[in-house]
Amino acid sequence: MLLLLLGIIFLHLAALVLLFVSTIVSVWTTGESTTSDLWINCTTSGCSPASTGEWIQSVQAVMILSIIFSCLSLFLFFCQLFTLQKGGRFFLTGTFQILASLFVMSGAIIYTVMSPEWVPEGNSFGYSYILAWVAFPLALISGLIYVILRKRE
Amino acid sequence: MLTFLALTSVALLGIVPEQSQAIAIYTGWERHALVGSDIRLSCSFFSWRWTSEDVTFSWTYRPDGSRDSISIFHYTGGAAYVDNKGPFRDRLEFVGNPGRRDGSILLKNLELNDNGTFTCDAKNPPDIVGRPSSVRLLVFEKVPIQAGVITGAIIGVVLGLLVLIVVIYYLMRFLVARRVFSLSVSKHGKKKKEGSQQRQLWTPPPLTCYPLP
Repeated sequence: MLLLLLGIIFLHLAALVLLFVSTIVSVWTTGESTTSDLWINCTTSGCSPASTGEWIQSVQAVMILSIIFSCLSLFLFFCQLFTLQKGGRFFLTGTFQILASLFVMSGAIIYTVMSPEWVPEGNSFGYSYILAWVAFPLALISGLIYVILRKRE
Repeated sequence: MLTFLALTSVALLGIVPEQSQAIAIYTGWERHALVGSDIRLSCSFFSWRWTSEDVTFSWTYRPDGSRDSISIFHYTGGAAYVDNKGPFRDRLEFVGNPGRRDGSILLKNLELNDNGTFTCDAKNPPDIVGRPSSVRLLVFEKVPIQAGVITGAIIGVVLGLLVLIVVIYYLMRFLVARRVFSLSVSKHGKKKKEGSQQRQLWTPPPLTCYPLP
């Protein structure tokens, strides 16, 4: 039982850490000597703020929202752990976590579809982008586990 | 006005010695405008001397990326001479008031090629020693969106909706408890901790750790 609890918390924390790294580290696109998006573009000679288009701002917003919802979900999990009645389900926690995963998914999709508008040819996706795509199924699975889980003891 | 402010600020600095009389010219720092619009570039000066009749204003223009300046406007001897051969022919108008030390010009129908630096030089004989002042003009096709506006808007809307849903939920619970609405109590309350409290007299459970705004 305790093992299950620790496993669930570990999964949630892993998704949360991936979300943080993916949002904060600005390496969604890499070129030969440049890394760019979401927040700054860096070359070997220096960094400048990222382009202020509408789409990149929406990706920024959605990633921040996913972090907020995932943190709220963790907080709610601990609340519901101590206040839920026996046999109850962690619906609220699961809802927030699933919403967070949907936000990550929409952010990654928006970036995939719209980034050719401002990213020059020859640049490939960086590791922050990949982490966002990895965080999406982790958060989704974590949210589904919360919805299915029943409080015992 | 500007001259009064300049006078008071200089007076606060103390008595200015006779030798350091210099003319101080003020323009903006940077101006933004849309293609096709008009813009007024203001230029005024401060001088210890009275405004003489031989006051002169002259504007020069240096395009972005070029090293050469071209003279586009000159006011002297009570007459204004605007550009009639250069990039601003028929688009330049003098809207200043030399008697009030204002040498502003109006640029009409801006184009993308008008990006550049405009320098105003004013002389108020015998006060002729001074440094010209420059204003940079940036012409945009459409208004650029500031960084963070859309980001903040999306985050604000979603969080606002969340808060709204929470408030409505608690409002409904409150109203059902007060018998204002006759909802079937057994269906209301998704929280499983109330699942067993299906009684006629329904008291709302204590509000513990649900996140309140």
